[in-house]
Amino acid sequence: MPRGGKRAGAGRPPGQGKFGEPTRPIRVPVSMLEAVYGFVERRHHALPLYGSKVSAGFPSPADDYLEGTLDLNEHLVKHPAATFFVRVSGDSMLNAGIHPGDILVVDRSLTPVSGRIVIAALDGELTVKRFDQRNGRTRLLAENPAYAPIEIQDGNELHIWGVVTNVIHPV
Amino acid sequence: MTAPLFALADCNNFYASCERLFNPALAGRPLIVLSNNDGCVVARSNEAKALGIGMGIPFFQARKLVERHRVAVFSSNYSLYGDISRRVMAVLAGLCPDMEIYSIDEAFLRLDRLPHEPLALAREMRDRVRHWTGIPISIGLAPTKTLAKLANLIAKKSGEGVFQIERPERLHGLLARLPVKEVWGIGRRSAERLQALGIETVEQLRRADPRQIRRHLSVIGERILCELNGTPCLDLEETQSNRQILCSKSFGQRVTTLAPILEAVSNYAARAGERLRRQRLCCGHIHVFLQTGHHDARVYSNALSQGFPTPTSDSRQLIRVAKGLAQRLFLEGYRYQKVGVILMDLAESRRIQDDLFTPRNDNPRLMQALDAINARLGADEVFFAAQGVQRPWRMQSGYRSPRYTTCWNELARVS
Repeated sequence: MPRGGKRAGAGRPPGQGKFGEPTRPIRVPVSMLEAVYGFVERRHHALPLYGSKVSAGFPSPADDYLEGTLDLNEHLVKHPAATFFVRVSGDSMLNAGIHPGDILVVDRSLTPVSGRIVIAALDGELTVKRFDQRNGRTRLLAENPAYAPIEIQDGNELHIWGVVTNVIHPV
Repeated sequence: MTAPLFALADCNNFYASCERLFNPALAGRPLIVLSNNDGCVVARSNEAKALGIGMGIPFFQARKLVERHRVAVFSSNYSLYGDISRRVMAVLAGLCPDMEIYSIDEAFLRLDRLPHEPLALAREMRDRVRHWTGIPISIGLAPTKTLAKLANLIAKKSGEGVFQIERPERLHGLLARLPVKEVWGIGRRSAERLQALGIETVEQLRRADPRQIRRHLSVIGERILCELNGTPCLDLEETQSNRQILCSKSFGQRVTTLAPILEAVSNYAARAGERLRRQRLCCGHIHVFLQTGHHDARVYSNALSQGFPTPTSDSRQLIRVAKGLAQRLFLEGYRYQKVGVILMDLAESRRIQDDLFTPRNDNPRLMQALDAINARLGADEVFFAAQGVQRPWRMQSGYRSPRYTTCWNELARVS
């Protein structure tokens, strides 16, 4: 074995260090050491990658939002297995922004709380009304002065079918 | 490994429950659902069962009772039932992903690999399915699938809707009252054979000699016996990728000429092709059958198959071959009831190997365009001329309810 000089195959193979690629020594002014260390270390964090060239003017304001398209289902339907659509006939809920012909998004998994708009099965009919339960009395309220509140009596068969979460209304 | 614990979740009177979901006026009223073509009774509400309307009887036999008791009658609405089934299964899988969908309204689940107390979990399943989908279900729990089926039967009758069989030997009183035909896998013929051996109840079968059962009902019978005694022989099955696609319906009225048969078979081939492509499959074989009614004065039933040189999912190819086969099957002088198409030898489209010597006639982009248009604008917006326009042969469904959950024009109305 010759003395001194280069030994082939010795040392860490290139690319196996903490940077994952070959490295080489450089001269750096002592005053800038910290900055260079910081720069090299940060490389290991994800850096934002811009889709447009900064030098060509302002970056596109959309670059931060490259997320794919919006899915309306995701926005309107939280529980797909429990969500149904129904069509409104009649104007009893006009002042709540619910018009004849609108489509309602109904989530059956939600618990009907007093004050929410619900689909109720009342005496064999499906109806959309505001659910009102206070002081031991249960009422279904229309949102139109032309319709009187429906007081639920013992003889009525009421069952809350689902809770309305959204109205789909064409303009 | 812990001992298995199976649950069978089964929707109560599923089709009838679906019909009631959007029509609360039907609550408490007797209700029946008719088979394809409004032929037979295929589902009954409890009230209809109580009137003595039998399962599977022809509609005309039930007519008197229907009129006298104002029974609500519906044609089957498979768009609705399929969608509600999908929802029920999704809710169940949300609580226990260890699931095998067994039929449109039944699923086996394994509860032993979850940390929850099984009976509490089963009650949660029953309540959540009811609340989220509106469908009442019953759940039977047991150490084997066969016993879970029986537990479900008992759960249905109990009113509570959940029942567990922990040890079958402790239930001998109950099992002694159940006839053997209630056991999963014991059909009418097996029940008759067992009766000949003096075995009439589930309890008698459970205590029978395995060798004797094996002699009369083969290993399958022996396996049932084993399962009845709490030793599991069957595990959850992987949800099968459909090994064949069947598309067939009865004609509205009997058909005696070739033209409507060719139109119908073209329709079924096109429909089957759609289903094939939706699952990204190709088929290697097509099978066409044509038949009269089984009880007709002149009975005829025949079938032919043909293979494709390379597997295909192109509706044009399917229609061409299906028509050719139907033409060969057709004989003058019969009154046909039904024609159908079965696609077999299914394989994933991307695994198909091309044949060097046969050029492929498929046009996947055309099929994609066709499917896309029909998906957006409604089924049959674009169709092949061979499918016909008027389709007078189509089956009757005079009492079908709206497709509340799959068709924008048919949503339920709320006032």
